[in-house]
Amino acid sequence: MTTVAMTVNGDSVSADVEPRTLLVQFLRENLLLTGTHVGCDTSQCGACVVHVNGKAVKACTMLAVQCEGAEVTTIEGLADGDALHPMQAAFQEHHGLQCGFCTPGMIMSAVDIVNRHGGAPDEATIRKQLDGNICRCTGYHNIVKAVAAGGAAMDVPAREAAE
Amino acid sequence: MYDFAFHRPASIRKAASLAADEDAKLLAGGQTLLPTMKQRLAAPEALIDLSGIEGLTGIAMKGRTLHVGAMSRHAEVAESPVVREAIPALAALAGGIGDPHVRNLGTLGGSIANNDPAADYPAACLGLGATIATNKRRIPADDFFTGMFETALQDGEIITKVLFPVPRRAGYAKFANPASRYALVGVFVSKRSRQVRVAVTGAGPGVFRATDMEEALSKRFAARSLDGVSVPAGDLNDDIHASADYRAHLVGVMAKRAVDAA
Repeated sequence: MTTVAMTVNGDSVSADVEPRTLLVQFLRENLLLTGTHVGCDTSQCGACVVHVNGKAVKACTMLAVQCEGAEVTTIEGLADGDALHPMQAAFQEHHGLQCGFCTPGMIMSAVDIVNRHGGAPDEATIRKQLDGNICRCTGYHNIVKAVAAGGAAMDVPAREAAE
Repeated sequence: MYDFAFHRPASIRKAASLAADEDAKLLAGGQTLLPTMKQRLAAPEALIDLSGIEGLTGIAMKGRTLHVGAMSRHAEVAESPVVREAIPALAALAGGIGDPHVRNLGTLGGSIANNDPAADYPAACLGLGATIATNKRRIPADDFFTGMFETALQDGEIITKVLFPVPRRAGYAKFANPASRYALVGVFVSKRSRQVRVAVTGAGPGVFRATDMEEALSKRFAARSLDGVSVPAGDLNDDIHASADYRAHLVGVMAKRAVDAA
């Protein structure tokens, strides 16, 4: 067992874990933060996306012990009390989900896209940047609309195209 | 995955002594190693995390050579103003690896040490005539990639950085497998003074130089120079994703696109 300590959604947490414990297992099983989902478990689908030190990563392809000292944000850390994060509100408003399984990862990726590309990413950018998130229900159309609307509502300054 | 001991050394020297054990593996970004361990295709007894070592990161120009630290994440290389200025084709290649989440963790050193036959970075290293610096020596890319998942690295040898000579022109084009996003075929071309290099990934059992194409492009660096020049299909991969003939055709198409992009 190895002791690991990190900050998750603003709270300091630590636990003794086996080194093979994945970050997503640590979040779900040790911290009972079950909003982060395990879809494919092979780093394809993106249902497990969280932010580690501000960067979107797949929590099924990172060890908890690699996050020693890191700042982790999960879907549970986005809302401000009862007030949804603008990106969550946009997914609700634009019907950006059906079964909802991929939604936590989609929203964490969407927030990351806006943080990197500025508040008004165009449709092509959104579609390209959602490359690592798979949805089997919606056909993506409303997800793309939701990301655009959520981005506009996030109040992040527009940026010159980064790519 | 099977359990293992976890080490996070603070120095290369310590990491190298831990890595001398052949049952230990170096952990860089983990984007290939961890999935491989989950599938139990690899079961190292110890992982040596390189993320705590200073000196393995950083991107800088030194003279006419671009130095990229081995632990540079793909996203860092893709977004680096230094790389974009010096070798835009390298920044574009890094920005096309995997997906955004993989690019936030995966590293240059990890990619070339693994030498997946369909990975992008080996094509850039070979196509630019890079030099791979380790804790022990400097290895020209021509001698580094020795076969499928095989490199010239020895036990306990750790890549510290890659030195890319800045070319006059360079371009990369890949036909990505739509599921894995690995290169079904990727071609990196570069021109530096008189020397032209054409490196092909994804098509064969390992990255290789297409010497007939290099010769044709040496006469005139234009897509049209490649008309009628091909690579023999006999040496190429033939699997459920693409036949060898199709891959040979794609090498020609991607090479022309790479030249046009350069």
